[in-house]
Amino acid sequence: MDSRIILEKKQLDITLDRLCHELIERLGDFKDTAFIGMQPRGVFLSRRIKEKIISITGIQNFLYGELDISFYRDDYRRGHEQIVPSELKIDFTVEGKKIVLIDDVLYTGRSIRAALDALTDFGRPEKVELLVLIDRKYSRDLPIQANYVGMSVDTRTHDKVKVEWKENGKKDVVHMVTN
Amino acid sequence: MKQFSQRHLLGIKDITADDINLVFETADNFKQIINRPIKKVPSLRDITIANIFFENSTRTRISFELAQKRLSADTVNFSASSSSLSKGETLIDTVNNILAMKVDMVVMRHPAPGACQFLARHIKAQIINAGDGTHEHPTQALLDAYSIREKLGSVKGKKVVIVGDITHSRVALSNIFCLQKLGAEVMVCGPTTLIPKHILSLGVKVEHNLMKALQWCDVANMLRIQLERQDIKYFPSLREYTMLYGLNKTRLDALDKEIVIMHPGPINRGVEITSEVADSRHSIILDQVENGVATRMAIMYLLAGQKSQ
Repeated sequence: MDSRIILEKKQLDITLDRLCHELIERLGDFKDTAFIGMQPRGVFLSRRIKEKIISITGIQNFLYGELDISFYRDDYRRGHEQIVPSELKIDFTVEGKKIVLIDDVLYTGRSIRAALDALTDFGRPEKVELLVLIDRKYSRDLPIQANYVGMSVDTRTHDKVKVEWKENGKKDVVHMVTN
Repeated sequence: MKQFSQRHLLGIKDITADDINLVFETADNFKQIINRPIKKVPSLRDITIANIFFENSTRTRISFELAQKRLSADTVNFSASSSSLSKGETLIDTVNNILAMKVDMVVMRHPAPGACQFLARHIKAQIINAGDGTHEHPTQALLDAYSIREKLGSVKGKKVVIVGDITHSRVALSNIFCLQKLGAEVMVCGPTTLIPKHILSLGVKVEHNLMKALQWCDVANMLRIQLERQDIKYFPSLREYTMLYGLNKTRLDALDKEIVIMHPGPINRGVEITSEVADSRHSIILDQVENGVATRMAIMYLLAGQKSQ
């Protein structure tokens, strides 16, 4: 097993800055925009993005939530492990809002499919966009693409991408583990 | 990885404190879901559940049905009065016939203690005990403990008194197991005839004076006198029982602290509890009912989520 760093702290910071500037460029003053981080791992990224946007623009009044997709996953009863839900924090309706879903790694696209289903239970959004830190190319099971990508990587099925955050008790770093 | 340790929910006795906490954490999510505009999630959409009730029930049955619907499960209902049992069919034949119609999970209430254990040994489907005679009523205990946790922050270290007909109460037994596993102190209170001697072996305190018990506790769980299970007279009259063990406002006001009042239902107003107390702000009786749906959703979600066999 071989593990190498594909993003270390400094590069990660630059990437996050760039993603925030892309969001500001495309969404302007964030009127009617909601950022939604995906539990359990996407929320570390979404919280960072939220803080950075506030510190860059000074805008505070955009909507922010965290979505748990456990009950919408398509591998319930099919995996070996129990799917234990995480906390869901969305205290607004998504009706007519521009949603930016935020997750750390885009791989098969199945989580995003579940998230889209879960979102519809909160209303009909005007638009849903996807922001990911790492896009694992050529490994999608479903026709899903990200609008904002931190870094694209070529991976094989048995490779793993591990994103670690200091909020998670680790260092800010992204590893690729190959077998 | 967190995992529910049992394939069935037959009694609280079989599960661990970790299991109970896992149910609570999962129930927190479901409580949020049943309070939002769209109260349904698709998790159990490929599951069929049979609700088999050989004994009357209002709350438990509706609560289970609602929980199943909120999880998108398909359900069939069956009650003893309308069944072939009255034509002489055995329990196992009845259930096997239902299972032959491809049912994944069975929620059963039965007057015989141990009926669910028996079923679990002989059939493939997962079983949830919705009350077996005077033995256990695990989902009631889970929702009771969940309601205490919600009201008081945690169950650990709390003092809970269960008042009433302990001998005939499956709610009492399941509650004792559940509360003790979570680190609470439990006392039972009632007339000598309604408290079985062997209860001491479970490590609970026994008190026959209601005021002393109330003064000791943080939470009082008032049980109904189960006249339908009492084959002989255990006390002279209901009126005397009410005078000695009925909870009323005068008794609550005489305490130098506030306690939380619970009741698993159905309430016999004016017998074990007066209307004034049942409807007061101390009472969390209706919260218990709401939490019943959330905890039952959690149980079914966790059990059904185990890889199908």
